[in-house]
Amino acid sequence: MMTDLNKALIEYCLRIADNSLIHAQRISEWTGHGPILEEDIAMSNMALDLIGQSRGFYTYAAQLEGNGKTEDIYAFHRGEREFRNKLMVELPDNKDFGFTMMKLFLNGCFDYLMFRDLMKSTDETISGLAAKSIKEVTYHVRHSGEWVVRLGDGTAESHQRIQNSLNELWSFTNELFEQDSIDELLISNGIAFDKESVRNEWTKMVTEIFAKATLSIPENTTYFASGGLKGVHSEHFGFLLAEMQYLPRMYPDAVW
Amino acid sequence: MVTLDVREIWDLLNSIPDPEVPAISIVELGVVRDVRLTDSNVQVDITPTYSGCPALKSMEEQIRAKLLLVGLTPLIKTIYKPAWTTDWMSDETKEKLRAYGIAPPDKISFENLHPFANNDKGPVACPFCSSTDTSLTSRFGSTACKALHFCNACCQPFEQFKCH
Repeated sequence: MMTDLNKALIEYCLRIADNSLIHAQRISEWTGHGPILEEDIAMSNMALDLIGQSRGFYTYAAQLEGNGKTEDIYAFHRGEREFRNKLMVELPDNKDFGFTMMKLFLNGCFDYLMFRDLMKSTDETISGLAAKSIKEVTYHVRHSGEWVVRLGDGTAESHQRIQNSLNELWSFTNELFEQDSIDELLISNGIAFDKESVRNEWTKMVTEIFAKATLSIPENTTYFASGGLKGVHSEHFGFLLAEMQYLPRMYPDAVW
Repeated sequence: MVTLDVREIWDLLNSIPDPEVPAISIVELGVVRDVRLTDSNVQVDITPTYSGCPALKSMEEQIRAKLLLVGLTPLIKTIYKPAWTTDWMSDETKEKLRAYGIAPPDKISFENLHPFANNDKGPVACPFCSSTDTSLTSRFGSTACKALHFCNACCQPFEQFKCH
């Protein structure tokens, strides 16, 4: 009989893994379409890091759940309502490089703080995966942050476009900090971290870069998107999964 | 029947080149973390360089193949703690990288650990002509562990093993 704590831990791992995997899937769409070769390579590299991070958390969840579960089952044989990624990372980029960079930056700053705090987790596997992932995320934030500054403090056109990206994505930032009873149970056991406790630090981080980029955080945002924690996604998500899961569903015996 | 001791197994693994940077071995790279003899077999712990490193699988297969040849069926385990770092490379290993044409990684410092830290370490020395008149072309290179630079002195692009 599985304990409530173990059930919560599995759910927690899936949330982190889903977010990284779906983010990676979106970023990987740039492969072969980057504005310049170096950025094309950068996107593939960052996607690869994120896929690697998700695999670590999926594998741990599979080990906890047992029952023949594998990382592939989580990634390829679950439907929309079972995925726990945040809505921001599933949004289509519509070939706007600045939009992708802004998304990488906003989510990356959160991931950086998350992994920094999870390194102190009482769960050895979680703290190990966090210590591994934080180095990669740090590098991604440096890269995307530089682009946010370059585009924001660039031409009138690049400034306007990245400001528009920020305006659009800002409604999706509140979800980064959403938590529920799963988090609470794990926080009380020293396994998880309190997302609310890093909100100010996150705001300080992004504000610092936006000041350099001459960008402003939209004021009077009245609507904040929500739903990832409950598996309620945007209209874009089913199409993303259809593409990502096509091969293993079409050829069920295919293996890596 | 195990006929090799732990030291000999380490030596054997040290003969396996990194599939992406064959100038150094997987032991020198720091991927092999531990070798333990059990009653009837051997357990090898490995750790990925980057979370998504596609070469890890190939390294695992090469370890298995190498040990099968001497009659061992290893149990290979991937571990994440402690997280891999380029600081595990010896000076000798870094020199091998340089001689191969890849600028070796520096020691880890504060700017590697915070995304907004000022990176004022200066340019990376060219592995071909040693000039420091170089510039960063791209933070990301042909593999997860490398960045691209250009040497203005000898007009050569070169790769740097990222400090990680």
